[in-house]
Amino acid sequence: MTVADYAFYLFAILLVASGLFTVVARNPVHSVLWLILTFLSASGLFVLLGAEFVAMLLIIVYVGAVMVLFLFVVMMLDVDFAQLRGGMAKFMPFALLIGIVVLMQLSIAFGDWTAADGSQALRAAVTPDLTEVHNTAALGQLMYDDFLLLFQLAGLILLTAMIGAIVLTLRHNPNVKRQNVMAQMHRDPAKAMELKDVKSGQGL
Amino acid sequence: MTSVDFSIVLPEFLLAVYALAALLFAVYTGKDKTAGLISWLTAAVFVVLAILIGSRSTGAQSAFNGMFVDDAFARFAKVGILLAGAAVLAMSQDYLKKHDMLKFELPIIVALSTIGMMVMVSAGDLMALYMGLELMSLALYVLASFRRDSTRSSEAGLKYFVLGSLSSGLLLYGASLTYGFAGTTNFAGILSVVKDGAPLGVLFGLVFMITGMAFKVSAVPFHMWTPDVYEGAPTPVTAFFATAPKLAAMALFARVLHDAFGGISSDWSQVVALIAVASMFLGAIAGIGQKDIKRLMAYSSISHMGFALIGVASGTVGGVQAALIYMAIYIVMNIGTFAFIMTMERDGQPVTEIKALNSYWKVSPTKSLAVLFLMFSMAGVPPMVGFFGKLAVLQAAVEANMTWLATAGVVASVIGAFYYLRVVYYMFFGSDVEPLDDTKGGVANIAVLVVGLIMLVGIINLFGVDTLALTAAEALVR
Repeated sequence: MTVADYAFYLFAILLVASGLFTVVARNPVHSVLWLILTFLSASGLFVLLGAEFVAMLLIIVYVGAVMVLFLFVVMMLDVDFAQLRGGMAKFMPFALLIGIVVLMQLSIAFGDWTAADGSQALRAAVTPDLTEVHNTAALGQLMYDDFLLLFQLAGLILLTAMIGAIVLTLRHNPNVKRQNVMAQMHRDPAKAMELKDVKSGQGL
Repeated sequence: MTSVDFSIVLPEFLLAVYALAALLFAVYTGKDKTAGLISWLTAAVFVVLAILIGSRSTGAQSAFNGMFVDDAFARFAKVGILLAGAAVLAMSQDYLKKHDMLKFELPIIVALSTIGMMVMVSAGDLMALYMGLELMSLALYVLASFRRDSTRSSEAGLKYFVLGSLSSGLLLYGASLTYGFAGTTNFAGILSVVKDGAPLGVLFGLVFMITGMAFKVSAVPFHMWTPDVYEGAPTPVTAFFATAPKLAAMALFARVLHDAFGGISSDWSQVVALIAVASMFLGAIAGIGQKDIKRLMAYSSISHMGFALIGVASGTVGGVQAALIYMAIYIVMNIGTFAFIMTMERDGQPVTEIKALNSYWKVSPTKSLAVLFLMFSMAGVPPMVGFFGKLAVLQAAVEANMTWLATAGVVASVIGAFYYLRVVYYMFFGSDVEPLDDTKGGVANIAVLVVGLIMLVGIINLFGVDTLALTAAEALVR
């Protein structure tokens, strides 16, 4: 075994284990931390595959931004996860049974796994020649040229999600007092306040 | 990527541009005051695009490296989707206005989900399929919980979202197994590698993908969400759920099975046949005990999807043609029925109890008659249009040597006839209860009468839908 092999098994085992702990951790904050470890291990696997750009994206975007947001949401929303999990113990044996059956069925499929004859060539046919362009450029060419339609559709999906979030949560409350900057700046001190000279020992 | 690619996706592109422009217009002007205008405008845009797509007569074209296919099959489905969407938008206006749900986002979300459906039926690649499916589903999740102050509506949206995400996950897993085997996500590429028999791994992928798509058409055993979502969502949204997305998902079902796995039809045909039989019987039997007409329509749609899947399971040109005819008729029937449900109210409040229809003919004899035609058509009673839809799928099954499937279909349709006839029974012979209001005017009332009439007039030549469906089916099954 080479160093790369050791690294692969290290990252792969870490990935699966931390994925499992993400699901079973009692404390939601711990779940998010386990998820961060999952992403770090996955980015390690990407580096081993030679896709440094995707690996860095995973760390910068997912770990750096998305997970931090997750952490904020989990900490700020006062959701009692222990109560939500209360019903889980009841269904656990049944769920485990189904999980094991599905796992066994899938192992039959993977035990007998074959790829089609031309599949390797088909797989390589999509990407630009990697001896001429580095993988970041190849990714850009694929995404903004060949997959332009998908890229735009993904944009529409995100727009729909945004409209949906606003429709379902935004409430127009007429009683909210909002800042009116122009009105503030145009206040005339002469009209806004009245100076009174109050003599000592006397009221107004 | 050339200008030819863009001219092929022109209808989708125009609809997307329209949705963005309408969104900006509404936000910067009257917000919800423009909702009525935007709804009508969206309906008009749908109709114009349907005409634009319908008048295209070029053969099969593909764009973006085969990711997007424009053929007669896609065009048939798109015209159906757009017209159904326009009809639902038009007839929902009065209901939405009356119950204070007329927000400008509603027609825009409907337009966005329609773009997703159009991409779905034109998908020539697993990735395009997934993008279209997600765009449609995400918009539908939002629509289901559109009445956010109602617990039932929120529950409907959440249930649909959680189960829908699960089914998307299954579909993606199936797609990844297929890609692992074939080395390509392109349908034509998959077809070329699986044509001489598929190993176990790719069959697993196929079954996972069938699961995901069966969820979207609400076929048994992936139907659990349907009654709750239909009941909880606002009635106009339910009307939309029951029409356009069903056609899109069914067309997608047929496209994936034929375009990507056409060479191994013997492998999937039995799976689809089993789903079809289970859907027909569960829809027919579980509908009997329902007290709410929206829940009843949910079980009715499960049963109808079973019938349409018979056509898909046949795996022949005749089968796909029959499924398309069936879906077209199903959509028209549902538009009429939901238009009627929207007009059901007592003292201005919407009512969805079936019992409330007792002696409805005293309130409105003409509408009762129209609903009688609709219900007879749903049940497949001979002189109505619905009978010809059922006849087409059963014939297709017999021709494909699946007589057992056709027999099961006949038995299920007899069982299902019970609850349609019960609605008619209540309307004409039911005991006297506090009567429903006699609502007059408005698009919904007109729609009930027009669709009721179509159920009768349509038997002359089905408005030529059968020949169009044949052209569409021939484009798909090669």
